[in-house]
Amino acid sequence: MAVTGVLRPGHAQIRVLNLEEDVKFYRDVFGLVEQGRDAQGRVYFKAWDERDHNSVILRQADTAGIDFFGFKVDSVATLNKLEGDLNAYGVKTERVPAGEMLATGERVRFEVPTGHVIELYAEKKDVGNGLGYSNPAPWNKQSETGFAPTRMDHALLGGGDLDGARDIFINVLGFYLTEEVVAEDGKTQIAVWLSCSNKTHDIAFVRCPENGKLHHVSYWIETWEKVLRAADLMSMNDVPVDIGPTRHGITRGATIYAFDRSGNRFETFSGGYISYPDMHVLTWPIQHLPEGLDYAQRKLHETFLTVFS
Amino acid sequence: MGVQAEPRTAVMVRITDTGESYKCHTDESLLTGMHRMGKRGIPVGCRGGGCSVCKVQVVAGAYSQIRAMSREYVSEEDLAHGRVLACCVAPRGEIELAVIGKLNKAVTR
Ligand SMILES: [Fe+2]
Repeated sequence: MAVTGVLRPGHAQIRVLNLEEDVKFYRDVFGLVEQGRDAQGRVYFKAWDERDHNSVILRQADTAGIDFFGFKVDSVATLNKLEGDLNAYGVKTERVPAGEMLATGERVRFEVPTGHVIELYAEKKDVGNGLGYSNPAPWNKQSETGFAPTRMDHALLGGGDLDGARDIFINVLGFYLTEEVVAEDGKTQIAVWLSCSNKTHDIAFVRCPENGKLHHVSYWIETWEKVLRAADLMSMNDVPVDIGPTRHGITRGATIYAFDRSGNRFETFSGGYISYPDMHVLTWPIQHLPEGLDYAQRKLHETFLTVFS
Repeated sequence: MGVQAEPRTAVMVRITDTGESYKCHTDESLLTGMHRMGKRGIPVGCRGGGCSVCKVQVVAGAYSQIRAMSREYVSEEDLAHGRVLACCVAPRGEIELAVIGKLNKAVTR
């Protein structure tokens, strides 16, 4: 088996300013499937085609942003090994007991130098996508409701010490660099895209003055046609759009950036290429950021480097 | 959409920094009003109270809060002094404001 160790992004806990308003948004407009609430009042969702119990968790708070971003690893043995590797690398970890999140096993939690809390876990209950594991139908009613992404795909996080965060993902967690935006000096990375799989990115970081910032959580849509359908739904539901629909030069995804009801940016996207760890890194000099972000219009979107939650 | 049963009230908003002014309804945010009229002056960000780029200082006039604002960017003290996010407050009458928020591009400078 080739994809081992860290498998994929598994959960994102997002802070919202008005829980019921955003529950309605993520359920009825976005089309995520509500999976339950816990004793703390957090609301759990998953995308229709995801099989594990939850991937997006909303928490009522007085600030917007992201509490933590979690990755599923292939086994408990890997979880234990990676915790040891993190500690040996000088990263402090703590254990969050099984059951603290609904249907989720023990988590290893640590902070990266950009101020973000990252988690690893091996177990989350397989509840299926409702289509069964024998002779499954290709889709169901949930796949046609709202934007209806098939999965929570990745996140872009903002903070000061991008290099420190990048090094932990590459040197300890087995990620590889796929693309980068570099400053005028030709060296300083303004943003990096990191993969633990065949995806162009499973996590990305952008340098910004404040630590612990959320740039966006991204969701995979099956086709460009359905991305355009999401654009219609955004306008029909007064969703503030930031960029798009357009195609990113970076990673080549067909994309829309927009905001939830609390000002957390999200992305709905489709496509991109299949990536392998032996492939040469793609570099975007900062003066080409307009194409990198918006290949169709080559517009400089000032909000990309300035608007975070 | 249909016809509005009640006529909406529109009031003048003046941005002191730029001298720009626009008409804004009392049931929409200061930022929505500006954006809808194609005017500039207040930076447009998340429009949901979660970032700080549309922060303004209300210099004169009354407003009401129509959405929650992130405490990270609007403190009790800010609230007491009329420093609010333009995407989260609606004017009650003629209003004058100064722009505080900006699209800070610290990393590329
Ligand atoms: Fe993205």
